[in-house]
Amino acid sequence: MDKPVPGRRHFLISTAVAAGAGVAGSLGAKVHDGELGAPPRTYKGGVPWTEGLADQPPGISGTDFKFFTPAERVFIEAAVSRLIPNDEVGPGAVEANVPFFLDRQLAGPFGRGDHYYLGGPWPKGAPEQGYQSRFSPAQMYRAAIAAIDKYAHANFNGADFAKLSDDDRDKLLKGMESGSIQLEDGVDAKTFFAMLLQNTKEGYFSDPIYGGNKDMAAWKMIGFPGAHYDYREWVTRHGEPVPFPPVGFKGRPGWNGES
Amino acid sequence: MATTLKPVDAVIVGFGWTGAIMAQQLADAGLEVLALERGPWRDTSTDFATGFAQDELRYMWRHHLFQNVSDDTLTVRNNTSQTALPMRHLGSFLLGTGVGSGGVHWNGQIWRFLPSDFLTKSHNEQRYGKQAVTDYDLTVQDWGVTYEELEPFYNQFDVLCGTSGKAGNLNGTIQPGGNPFEGARSAEYPTPPMPQTYGPTLFGKAATELGRHPFPHPTGNLSQPYVNNFGAQLGACTYCGFCEKFGCGNYSKASPQTTLLPYVMAKPNFTLRTETEVLKVELSPDRKHATGVTYVNSAGEEFFQPASIVILSSYILQNVRLLLLSGIGTPYDPQTGQGVVGKNYAYQTMSSVNVFFDDKLINPFIGAGALATVVDDFNGDNFDHSGLGFIGGAYIAGMITGGRPIEMIYTPQGTPAWGMAWKHAAAKNYLRSFSLSVHGSCMSHRGNYLDLDPTYRDIHGRPMLRMTFDFTDNEHKMSDYLTDRAAEIAKAMNPREIKLNRRVGSWSVVPYQTTHNTGGAIMGDSPASSVVNKYLQSWDVSNVFSMGAGAFPQNAGYNPTGTVAALAYYSAQAIVQQYLKNPGPLVQA
Repeated sequence: MDKPVPGRRHFLISTAVAAGAGVAGSLGAKVHDGELGAPPRTYKGGVPWTEGLADQPPGISGTDFKFFTPAERVFIEAAVSRLIPNDEVGPGAVEANVPFFLDRQLAGPFGRGDHYYLGGPWPKGAPEQGYQSRFSPAQMYRAAIAAIDKYAHANFNGADFAKLSDDDRDKLLKGMESGSIQLEDGVDAKTFFAMLLQNTKEGYFSDPIYGGNKDMAAWKMIGFPGAHYDYREWVTRHGEPVPFPPVGFKGRPGWNGES
Repeated sequence: MATTLKPVDAVIVGFGWTGAIMAQQLADAGLEVLALERGPWRDTSTDFATGFAQDELRYMWRHHLFQNVSDDTLTVRNNTSQTALPMRHLGSFLLGTGVGSGGVHWNGQIWRFLPSDFLTKSHNEQRYGKQAVTDYDLTVQDWGVTYEELEPFYNQFDVLCGTSGKAGNLNGTIQPGGNPFEGARSAEYPTPPMPQTYGPTLFGKAATELGRHPFPHPTGNLSQPYVNNFGAQLGACTYCGFCEKFGCGNYSKASPQTTLLPYVMAKPNFTLRTETEVLKVELSPDRKHATGVTYVNSAGEEFFQPASIVILSSYILQNVRLLLLSGIGTPYDPQTGQGVVGKNYAYQTMSSVNVFFDDKLINPFIGAGALATVVDDFNGDNFDHSGLGFIGGAYIAGMITGGRPIEMIYTPQGTPAWGMAWKHAAAKNYLRSFSLSVHGSCMSHRGNYLDLDPTYRDIHGRPMLRMTFDFTDNEHKMSDYLTDRAAEIAKAMNPREIKLNRRVGSWSVVPYQTTHNTGGAIMGDSPASSVVNKYLQSWDVSNVFSMGAGAFPQNAGYNPTGTVAALAYYSAQAIVQQYLKNPGPLVQA
């Protein structure tokens, strides 16, 4: 993937490089995720084919955090460990590497709001009208984390959210979920909570190529075989356990004899 | 300043199912055809390759195959007393973009509407009295075309796709194993029905015990390999569980790519331009004739493309908006009831029932977009509505489209959405639960319509489309009645417990429901009450044809694609056999 090639692949590489720079919400030229923005093309005389243009998943590389500051990372770990706690039944969100997944999502096209319409004006609207913030997801996370810590300071003896007890963190999260807690600085608590919970489940259950669902442990917990694609043999074997361990786009642990 | 291009015989705006069908039909008739698609080129081998296709995050949640609303969205509100605000992120419906468009990421659920669905006004008035269709300010209409007229074209689409299913009514004779309520079919399905997995099988048994008439869902996820009459080869579905919202890497879901494009793209008189967005249909000074379209490409260059025929085959929301932006037809006014463009916008009324077993492994990840056993006993007018207080209905399906874990983990009533209790419920129930889908009709209503937004604009500076929509009492009553019928079947399956997900409250843009938006460019028998005639030809500008579900005067309790395709074929035949010989209105107003 180090030598740029024309077409969409080149385009995805540009996106990945831009995301890799860790700049959220401040890209000059608008970059789209393989949808619009490629040059206009004319096709005549047959179905086009260019070798090597397969539209691979963008994925991630490396292990370093790019978006969250150290303090934000502490907050996120404290929050997602309550959304999906760890025990013997299955991994918690932290154990499944969800904070890293969230970091890379927020450093990339999702965080920039490449698929959000963010133009004004921005009245609040009815709940049925959905997301009505001017913030991109990355901006929303950044503002919300600060606003939640501010709320925790004011209402829980001056402590950061991450320093609160499990019960107090749950209490605060429930207040956000129901909308009974008001946050400052343009953050709608309910909107942010819904986004955080959704993104946490995404990191927990998506293909490990995106950095979460470490060792496919969340898939193992529920019994989902992952990117396995042919079940024809099992269609009429009603009620039988399907014995396939999960597999991801890059294969699965165990194929080399290691766990 | 727009550059004027060499004229073509027909320009096609949008290249999904209807664009591909029209391209094939008109190019085969010898016309020089140009299709303009605002998204990119897409094909099976490079864009949906098996091995990458089963990616829930990328496709479902990051919208890789969907319209990017950062450039262009619509505004939404429930009623005219609200200010419409932009749909800032896709939710309720997932609009396609790119070659194949919604035909790439659909489920492959192929339905025909009932004969009585085409006569919603006259049939219901006759059976239940006039008030049945005027209660709740409903504005339902007859279609101006009958099931019998469309039947050969429904069949043509089945032959194109290789639809898998079992006929329930063959030339008027009821067949065992099929849907006994369907309109008469002139032919059996091209391929046999899909074998059913455990969940749909349990559903079918329970439904039979209750005296219902279950049958396998007709599907464009093929049960066996098939070669269509264009030489396109489709493979047998592998039940990977990634149909809806995903492209099929296995060539086993019917799409423009797997059925038509290899043939159409090779025609010397056909050209496709991608990354080009049509801004407007240009009209002659007397506004009775379209001269072509103006489009802008992704480099920002503007062109005028002269054309003798303009086919609007973008998604309904774009088609209606293009009519409004181009000044074709009179916009609908909900206060006076006058005008037609934007009138009778409707949707789909969905609910569901989850079943949870202790002792049965459902294995929901073995799925397909249309893998279901269905009962149609309470759809359309298949049952007596006397005293029920609504018209319309729904099919009830024991359906397993897949077990994608971000979207499709069902937990029992009262389970919190997060925390240890949620995790334990997810781990316990994932393999042992599934969902019965209640896929309901949506009647048109005086207050539900589409027009142009006064405030919000797209990147080209054009007003966005504004959607004013809410479910009415007719829909709530229908949905409650049908959800109860689904619950009866769910209980008869003897699960540990069930959970009812009723259709409650106002329509919201947030949770996904269906991408079955209809109306706004409705068909009918008179220019006073419709935008296009029965051949989908504009009453006002006779060389403009508007495809798609925008033509539905109200929505039936079925998925729209089969009817959308049948109407496109019907329109194409009228263009080729009648219009080309004598251009002008095909129906006299």
